[in-house]
Amino acid sequence: MNISDQEIKQLEDVASQVRRDIVRMVHSATCGHPGGSLGCTDYLVALYFKLMNRKPGFDMDGIGEDLFFLSNGHVSPLFYSILSRSGYFPTSEMPGFRKLGSILQGHPTTHVPGVRMASGSLGQGLSVAIGAALTKKYNNDPSIVFSLHGDGELQEGQNWEAALFAPHHKVDNLIACIDYNGQQIDGPTEKIMSLGNLKAKFEAFNWEVIEEPKGNDMRSVVEVILKAKALTGKGRPVCILLTTQMGYGIDFMMGSHKWHGVAPNDEQLALALAQLPETLGDY
Amino acid sequence: MKKYTFTEKKDTRSGFGAGLAELGKTNPNVIALCADLIGSLKMEAFIKECPDRFIQCGIAEANMMSVAAGLTIGGKIPFTGTFANFSTGRVYDQIRQSIAYSEKNVKICASHAGITLGEDGATHQILEDIGLMKMLPGMTVINTCDYNQTKAATIAIADYQGPVYLRFGRPVMPIFTDPDQKFEVGKAWMVNEGKDVTIVATGHLVWEAIKAGEQLEAMGIDAEIINIHTIKPLDSEAILKSVAKTRCIVSCEEHNRLGGLGDSIAQLLIQNDLVPMEYIAINDVFGESGTPADLMKKFGLDDLHIVEAAKKVIGRKG
Repeated sequence: MNISDQEIKQLEDVASQVRRDIVRMVHSATCGHPGGSLGCTDYLVALYFKLMNRKPGFDMDGIGEDLFFLSNGHVSPLFYSILSRSGYFPTSEMPGFRKLGSILQGHPTTHVPGVRMASGSLGQGLSVAIGAALTKKYNNDPSIVFSLHGDGELQEGQNWEAALFAPHHKVDNLIACIDYNGQQIDGPTEKIMSLGNLKAKFEAFNWEVIEEPKGNDMRSVVEVILKAKALTGKGRPVCILLTTQMGYGIDFMMGSHKWHGVAPNDEQLALALAQLPETLGDY
Repeated sequence: MKKYTFTEKKDTRSGFGAGLAELGKTNPNVIALCADLIGSLKMEAFIKECPDRFIQCGIAEANMMSVAAGLTIGGKIPFTGTFANFSTGRVYDQIRQSIAYSEKNVKICASHAGITLGEDGATHQILEDIGLMKMLPGMTVINTCDYNQTKAATIAIADYQGPVYLRFGRPVMPIFTDPDQKFEVGKAWMVNEGKDVTIVATGHLVWEAIKAGEQLEAMGIDAEIINIHTIKPLDSEAILKSVAKTRCIVSCEEHNRLGGLGDSIAQLLIQNDLVPMEYIAINDVFGESGTPADLMKKFGLDDLHIVEAAKKVIGRKG
């Protein structure tokens, strides 16, 4: 698949709007998780606006379409913006983020159109995605299941149960992406609980592993997803180690764990929005 | 007292195995998962019938529960099988977030529940599982009493939309329920109509309650015995109707007295019709190794203890 420069530019424009949505939602709620949300924006934009095979509307069973599972549920503002901007629910829901009576809970729930599994308590999404991928096989459905995980989240042991399970059962219709930003709430991952050589670890578990060091460059992101798709159906699950920067797109938030779970104040919001062109119209 | 006899004894887990095997033949959406306990859960017949619909998960229950949740997306009906301890306490957060809160149609099938797990001892004898499961919004909780009822319940829950916790056990017990029964989730079974005291029992305690009823009859006490197999949703109507007549009640379960069937009944009575009540349950302690029969006796769960509780609660009537 050839992706033109114009198409890449269009995806970058979507990403800019999604980032505006993220900081505006978190600012309005006065809490939430902007850092990781901004860091994996490009990946989810590439998936939902270009590379996932999605059906119009929302059906929980998702038969005959690609599925996405968010395991690191705290990047909910990103997920909600993506789902809303791709048509699952009106953008007018976004001001309700984290507020009483809103469908947009602090962490994703299945009451939101487009969300197939609650997440927030970490480490469960890989197993869930594997289950959904197995059902695709039972249903002779050739679609792909995508999942996204934080790197700090890999400290949860259940991931490694799932990592053993997927190759053993030849779950080769699964692309799990690790948001490899090297940060977690208490500081750099290397300092808190080192993950060591993640590539070697997943390879030792018999996964196909692709590294992408430029996880915030849209063309690189698109290309790594295409490469991962080409590796499906060959008997092994696929893992993308996507190096991103927490807080990407806003200079004072980039590359630090300090914006993992902190909302910008009015002044910081203005500084942030000045760096992100409004491309699709604010909600 | 209605006469209950039996010609055969079997374990309730074998009833699960038989029900699952039946589903293997009749329901193509049923998928069975197990965490390295095929023999203990009696899953061999299902695996023989439909090997492609069995998923061995290894000793990794957390992953199994979340995989089961994912399997429902696309219409499959997963039945997970492991010991009750590893079906609940070990994987509570997975069940809470990925199954209960996410409203997934997973059937959590748990063997070796309660004190009658026996010789393996307290590490494996979970006595808190009913409480853990019934506290989850939307979770249906079922505890069956014999082989036939367990088989019927296993088949019935495949057609019952929503998460279900099905609890059964290890020891052989008399088979005394109808082999052709239709299991109705949430509907109490009237074991014996009586007028002096209501005895509500679940799981292995139902047979003990029947034996107690016979002894009470010899003492001139007419006991009404009700089997609550579905602890949640509770058949409130059946219980309230019975206590309106008997004016006292004994609850019987193989579970900690904190958080089990008895507490559900007590809550119902407090809000509707406050009559004297006694608990037959484990008194907030861990279990220990021993034969199932010796443990039932030591921990106060046998027929003799039910008789004493019935006499006591009748004495408390105003």
